[in-house]
Amino acid sequence: MTEILRLENVGKQFGGIHAVNNVSFSLEEGEIIGLIGPNGAGKTTLVNLITGVHPLSSGKVIFAGEDVSRQQAFQAARRGLARTFQIVQPFPKMTVLENVAAGAMFGGGSTSVQEAMVLAREELEFVGLAHVADTAASSLALPNRKRLELAKSLAMRPKVLLLDEVNAGLNATEIDGALDLIRKIAARGVTILIIEHLMKVVLSISQRILVLHHGELIAQGDPRTVIEDPQVVEAYLGSKFAARVKAESHHA
Amino acid sequence: MKQLLCFGAFALWVAMIAATPLLADNYTIRIAISVSMFSVMAVSWNFIGGFTGYPSFSTAAFFGIGCYAGAIAQRNGVPLVLAWMFATILVAVFAALLGAIILRLKGHYFAIGSIAIVELTRLITSSWGSLTGGGDGLNVPLLQGNPQEVAGLVLYVMLGILVLAFVTSVYVDRSRLGFGLKCISQNEDAANMVGVNTTAFKIVAYTLSAVFCGAVGAVYASWVGYIDPTDSFSILLTLKVPVMVLLGGAGTLLGPILGTGVFILLEEIFWANFLEWNRAILGGIIVFLIFFLPNGLLKIQYLQLYAAVSRKLSIGSSKSGAGS
Ligand SMILES: Nc1ncnc2c1ncn2[C@@H]1O[C@H](COP(=O)(O)OP(=O)(O)OP(=O)(O)O)[C@@H](O)[C@H]1O
Ligand SMILES: [Mg+2]
Repeated sequence: MTEILRLENVGKQFGGIHAVNNVSFSLEEGEIIGLIGPNGAGKTTLVNLITGVHPLSSGKVIFAGEDVSRQQAFQAARRGLARTFQIVQPFPKMTVLENVAAGAMFGGGSTSVQEAMVLAREELEFVGLAHVADTAASSLALPNRKRLELAKSLAMRPKVLLLDEVNAGLNATEIDGALDLIRKIAARGVTILIIEHLMKVVLSISQRILVLHHGELIAQGDPRTVIEDPQVVEAYLGSKFAARVKAESHHA
Repeated sequence: MKQLLCFGAFALWVAMIAATPLLADNYTIRIAISVSMFSVMAVSWNFIGGFTGYPSFSTAAFFGIGCYAGAIAQRNGVPLVLAWMFATILVAVFAALLGAIILRLKGHYFAIGSIAIVELTRLITSSWGSLTGGGDGLNVPLLQGNPQEVAGLVLYVMLGILVLAFVTSVYVDRSRLGFGLKCISQNEDAANMVGVNTTAFKIVAYTLSAVFCGAVGAVYASWVGYIDPTDSFSILLTLKVPVMVLLGGAGTLLGPILGTGVFILLEEIFWANFLEWNRAILGGIIVFLIFFLPNGLLKIQYLQLYAAVSRKLSIGSSKSGAGS
């Protein structure tokens, strides 16, 4: 396996607070990795650091062997580092198709608007939104808006996709649909880092888990080991939850 | 089809304006020049205010610098057309450099910053007496020919610039640049995240909003033969141009031109009939726009409006019929 993304001692301070502190890890090409941690742990901030939204206070981000610590957001997008927003960010007055075409045009490097539209239609098929291609993005309901975010990111031809709570606000059936979609995306060879609060979801999809707490990475490794880590139980899961998961996994 | 209609309407309008020297009196030609000149500025403003959604009030700064650059170049012996071109390029460079600074501001802050530029450039022009003649203004070498010929020439030059500005806006609208600008206007953060180099795109849009204003400024100076700081860097002008675009429909191709035409028509009617109230009209139109026409004349659903009105009317008449 080859390494696609590496963080070296990455840190970010806002005023006095260390939102992210001395975080190091790496992603292997093609894996799905879960990022968990309590509210305010610094998960979204970490995604913002990787994608050039905020400048780093310290440390380095290496993407495909290249130091990209000082990149701007649009450069990250063009390099193949795509992300979705915790709060979805469509272009509200454009059609669904145009939204996705924007991703193909600017992040995916399409050379003409027509070419971008063709690519966008393929991605809409892929995420199952082809039937609403010509409606305004603002008229979509939440589950479809989340799919639109995915289609837009995919149209950028990403190598790494950072998903910030794509399942938040969805019901159980919708989550199952979303997870199928994420697996399909991984099958295309895209490396995925997924931020997710629902442990069931994280455990079912991740090959590896990172745990962030107060901006620090307190554990990483394969899911079963991580959820039994006493520090993680203490900081995030709670002992009851850990016991239950353990019991379930013994049954399985 | 829709596009053909758009080009057809534009061509017809230009042809009508171009015909005025053959058909009408001097007063009408002056209005035709004014319509062409303001149309250029409205089409220009549309790049930044319409496509990009940045409420710029810098138009008068670009226009004023164009006036002075053209005039000063001519006074120093630069031939007419070269002086106009010099003014145009200078304004473009000025806007690109200024844009790199001022476009860091957003929303209200950008609006205030951009209007401050007009005041600043006016003050500099007034105080730099050795170059600009200060508050006394500058005489500009007169154009050759009798008044009729001069007016005709100015009109055709203004129209030429208008065609250029319009063609540019059509091109931008269809291109990658226009697509990116529309993304920025709807959600700048998201635009950045899909790979739009928002800083560069905004600077290009701001420069496009300036370059043609510089050109018409220089031509205007040659036409009127005398310029001063208050006339060239006019706050009224800087407010009028966005109002014209909003009146017609911001972000559309024909909206700025339609809005300019309607605005100047209204202005003429009110000038002729209520001289003292002229300034109040601008205020009136602004208020009307904000409340009733947030998307401009071009975006009204005329068919629906017609249906609604005729429904109202038929209900009204059937009611009155039942009452009698
Ligand atoms: N732009 C900012 N300016 C100042 N402080 C910030 C900024 N962004 C995040 N923070 C702070 O950094 C810390 C981490 O926030 P972050 O949004 O990264 O947490 P999170 O793990 O994504 O939480 P959640 O699960 O609620 O989404 C918080 O204390 C937050 O208040
Ligand atoms: Mg978050």
